[in-house]
Amino acid sequence: MNTFVQVVVNGLGKGAVYALLALGFVIIFKASGVLNFAHGSLVLLGGYIVARTQDDLGFLGSAVLGVIAAAAGAVIIERVLVSRRPLADPIALALLTIGVDVVMSEEIIRRLGEEIPFLGSPYDGKPFQIGSVTFFRTNVIALGVGAVLVAAFFLAFRFTPWGVSMRALAENREAAALMGIHRWRVTALAWCVAGALAGVAVLFLATQDFSGAGLSLGTHAIALVAFPAAIVGGLDSTSGAIVGGVIVGLTEALSAQYISFEFSKVAVYMVMLAVLIVAPAGLFGTRERTRV
Amino acid sequence: MSEHALETAAGNRAHALPGRIDPMRWLVRIVLAVAVITPPMYLSDSWLRVGAYVMIGAVAAIGLTLLTGQAGQLSLATPFFMFVGGASYCVLGSPHRPGRWGLGWPSLIAVVGAVLIASVLGLVFAPVAGRVRGVYLGVATLSLVYIGLYTGQKYDSITGGTASGRSVPDLKIFEFSVLRAGHRDERIWYVFLVLTTLAYLLAQGAINSRPGRAWRVVRDNESAAAALGVPVPRVRAEAFAISSGYAGLAGVMTVFWYRLFKPDESEFVGTYSIQVAIAILAMILIGGLGSVAGAIAGAALVNGMPGALNLWFGHSHVFGHGAKAVTPVIFTAFVYGTAIVLVVLFEPGGLAALGRRVQRKLSRNLLGSSLISEGN
Repeated sequence: MNTFVQVVVNGLGKGAVYALLALGFVIIFKASGVLNFAHGSLVLLGGYIVARTQDDLGFLGSAVLGVIAAAAGAVIIERVLVSRRPLADPIALALLTIGVDVVMSEEIIRRLGEEIPFLGSPYDGKPFQIGSVTFFRTNVIALGVGAVLVAAFFLAFRFTPWGVSMRALAENREAAALMGIHRWRVTALAWCVAGALAGVAVLFLATQDFSGAGLSLGTHAIALVAFPAAIVGGLDSTSGAIVGGVIVGLTEALSAQYISFEFSKVAVYMVMLAVLIVAPAGLFGTRERTRV
Repeated sequence: MSEHALETAAGNRAHALPGRIDPMRWLVRIVLAVAVITPPMYLSDSWLRVGAYVMIGAVAAIGLTLLTGQAGQLSLATPFFMFVGGASYCVLGSPHRPGRWGLGWPSLIAVVGAVLIASVLGLVFAPVAGRVRGVYLGVATLSLVYIGLYTGQKYDSITGGTASGRSVPDLKIFEFSVLRAGHRDERIWYVFLVLTTLAYLLAQGAINSRPGRAWRVVRDNESAAAALGVPVPRVRAEAFAISSGYAGLAGVMTVFWYRLFKPDESEFVGTYSIQVAIAILAMILIGGLGSVAGAIAGAALVNGMPGALNLWFGHSHVFGHGAKAVTPVIFTAFVYGTAIVLVVLFEPGGLAALGRRVQRKLSRNLLGSSLISEGN
């Protein structure tokens, strides 16, 4: 029972990180209709800046700078590349972001060289005990931070002018434009938010507790595990991203504990496949209807 | 993107019009034939290996361009079917040994069997591909890469395990052995040439006839296709199975090339990894989605460049040394990553569209523009 509680808490912590990433996918998909394959590179970019500035600025300063860098990177990708082809086929745009991802990730990994820095120095590798249950501090803090950020996002999405215009855009682009909504400001801000969330996520991803490894190509691969999270929930559902993140985090933690560590990566994708067979647009995604 | 693919199809049909012999096309064909048949006579073995590697990419990319460009289904599963093809060939073609499962079939039959097994697995996945659309399908197919990775690590008796892999049975064509003999790089070159030509002709044939028309109409409008009486799920499944077969063949070629079958240790870097999925996607996109010749050109760029750069500049100071050096592999990744972005932004028809433009210019200069009435 104790192991089970421990596994669930750690799974939820991982789920919170996946939810941050999945929410990023969903926000970008809603704003630009793009499945952003470059999200893993934004994660790496944020992590790289943190690793490079940590000695000078301390953890908090470098973390803030890393988040800003990831957000700025996202905005640049949107402004310079994606916004040039607003009417392009979604698959073409997804491929575009793959191109961006290849260049960015290769360059960052090359710059890291043989270094594999760990990022979460204040909490990483410092387990604590409640009763006879051991928790990873990284996962517990990730759960807290994730919950706060997700709550903040939903409040902003519900009440700020940006959230309202974003929802209006997602609902009907032309009507929103006619009502005087500046499309580019909304989409740029959406990418900015998504990038910032990726910048926060990497502070937990590249740690001993989360993956056992520091910032490397592996971090990029873990960011890809957030794909299933976004897909399970449905690419155009913000609340789906949270549910998807939790499902993926728990699946990974439980299967790693009770089946095998190697199986846990596959298990996540198996769950995604199963969901897609039942609901081809994810659990909360809107199904495209064809009209003749 | 689809209107450009349509343009491709229209272009193909225009050239296939009977009754007109285009001297330019025959000239190009003869030059190409000489260019691919003679290299073993003057190129060194290491260059032949680069060429053979390009042909592996070409076969995989032709399969994917049929699926994605012609039939409109995005797939990242090519490395998985390559994995299946390579593993199946080894299992079918090797004699049974303790700890290594094998059937000991003649190698030619093992090749055919491996391609068939890959296609059948493609059909098994087809119900998913039939239900899931667009980018969702792209991510769904990614799951196959993970399944391949897990299988490779878990079932040593089939895959040989990540540590040692398993040895590849020799390809024997009527007592003529390809892999274990002198001049094997030359032999592999010719075998690959035959396979690639076959892959090219079959794909071109499919595109220009009934199956290709069915793929394109399903890609452009499923409801219209269904209304016209096209069995949409079957057409989608066929495209998936055929493209899996191509990937399976590329997998067999891969194990010939390495002379070893070895499953990957990570999902991201390796012979059957996501990196390979993206590289093959880059080939077909740079070549021009749906174009078979474009897929081959894309393969030459993506698979050929690292080897070529290495042979040209490997010993000079163009590429630095040490952990942070820009190696030919990294440089190639920069080039094709950038090429993907440029293609999507500026020339969605890719190299194929550029090629057609050049061809039109040349024909125009040779024959006078009045004769080229069907050029748009």
